[in-house]
Amino acid sequence: MLRNIFAIARNTFREAVRDRVLYNLVVFVLLITGCAVFLGDLTAGNEDRTVTNIGLSAMLLFGVFIAIFVGVSLVSKEIEKRTLYTIFSKPIGRGEFIVGKYLGLCVTLLVNVAVMGIGVSLALVYIGASSLAASVWGAILLIYLELTIVTGVAILFSSFSTPALSALLTFLVWVIGHFSASLRDLAEGLGSDAARWLFGFIYYVFPNLSHYEFVTLAARGEVPPVSYIGGAALYAIVFNAILLAITIVIFRRRNLK
Amino acid sequence: MEHVIEIEGLTKDYEKGFLKKKKIRALEGLDLKVEPGQIFGFLGGNGAGKTTTIKILMGLIFPTGGSAKILGADISDVKIHSRIGYCPENPYFYDYLKANELMDYFGRLFGLETAKRKAVTEELLTKVGLEEKDWNRQLRKFSKGMLQRVGIAQSLVNDPELVVLDEPMSGLDPVGRREIRELIAGLRQSGKTVFMSSHILSDIEALCDNVAILRGGKLVATGRLDELLASEGGERTFEVNANGVKAIDLIGIPGSIRGAVVTEKPSGASIQVAGDEHLSTVLAEIKKAGGNVVSVQPVRQSLEELFVKETSGS
Repeated sequence: MLRNIFAIARNTFREAVRDRVLYNLVVFVLLITGCAVFLGDLTAGNEDRTVTNIGLSAMLLFGVFIAIFVGVSLVSKEIEKRTLYTIFSKPIGRGEFIVGKYLGLCVTLLVNVAVMGIGVSLALVYIGASSLAASVWGAILLIYLELTIVTGVAILFSSFSTPALSALLTFLVWVIGHFSASLRDLAEGLGSDAARWLFGFIYYVFPNLSHYEFVTLAARGEVPPVSYIGGAALYAIVFNAILLAITIVIFRRRNLK
Repeated sequence: MEHVIEIEGLTKDYEKGFLKKKKIRALEGLDLKVEPGQIFGFLGGNGAGKTTTIKILMGLIFPTGGSAKILGADISDVKIHSRIGYCPENPYFYDYLKANELMDYFGRLFGLETAKRKAVTEELLTKVGLEEKDWNRQLRKFSKGMLQRVGIAQSLVNDPELVVLDEPMSGLDPVGRREIRELIAGLRQSGKTVFMSSHILSDIEALCDNVAILRGGKLVATGRLDELLASEGGERTFEVNANGVKAIDLIGIPGSIRGAVVTEKPSGASIQVAGDEHLSTVLAEIKKAGGNVVSVQPVRQSLEELFVKETSGS
């Protein structure tokens, strides 16, 4: 079972590399280099915060873009192009396939985030903010954990919906996921039972991605405590396990026309 | 004897429309048994249910009713796939992979060791006639015929007991068809069972021991190919060739024997007559007209005639 999952994950990573998904890194490197070289004079002594903010925000956006657009095509493209026909004629379970595809994209995102993180750190070293260059890695890890959840959501939608609709729905979940905690607090203040019920439902059903927002704090030199990162990692693991379990249940029943 | 494929009452409805309330029956109560060590031809026109049947057997779609077993195991058991090879119609593979990478990937999925994967890749790509210079090329640069060869090669990676081929000759030129035909015949010699669908009837006729013909999702004929071809009308038809006589001299034959046909030939005449009891009458007429009988042979209908008859319902 693990052998099959590993083989599928390996091939998914190879597909991302050969389909030039990692080319976004070139754009990112140019962006971060431009920030480091040109923004120094414009930000009047705050270039370390600016580079950190822009670097980590761009990392998140690039990552979300890949997680959504590659994630929604992970299953649908295989069905559409009928590559699944030969895969499922091998002794491969549908669950193994889903987990393998998911892990393959997670590895792609890991490489992506790691290279971008090195880029941000080098840019910070270049502008003389060496202490930030090391401390941003806690925030980078949180960004990566958030991306694994976005990938899980994308693969869930792609198991039963079209790529375009899946991308839209995943993007909405990502946006709502960042505001679900605030919306719940707002509903508590309104005193309406209906609002409390609705936003409570959203809070518990949608991923709470506010756990992973640490960019602004990281720009100020703050480092997330290990216990905080551990809790965020545990939340991501549990949420992803639920997402993958639902995806597998849906995909196991699907006819591959 | 355990059947390699055993299908009972297999039915498949496709749901159509936004609410999926409309149903189209693609397969209806199919019963089929395939014995080991033979090449089984699966025939039918477009939309007859051949690919639907194969997809159900491979676990790609689920039946609405009925059941099927492969090598004694229910088709829902994916472990049985380790003993099966499958090449779909117009196979499409990961086009970013090279031919040898694809073979290696599929070898991994069967749990083959590195050295074994390499050896099997080289052996099979050679066997299907793919030139060595193409092994290291990405599949997106391959022609349809080359992809078909890779498709057949990958279906043999695990040295399967049963090979399921959906239109294996599709996209191949005459030389390629001949090579793949020989390869399929070789599979039978090595003790494997082949279950193949094809529109190319000459290939089916040349290769298959048994056939099944589908029409509109239903089985309309099945059995040994030679028996099916000989069973037309329930009585044998003979062709009698004679020289030293003209067709006009035998004009009395169609008059006295219903359905007999006399044809002029450069060296004489040819008479087709159905039924053993009329044969002596024909021979006597030829002798009376001063002709010599050159040959008397039973006439088999061609597979094409059988196919057209069964699939058109006439």
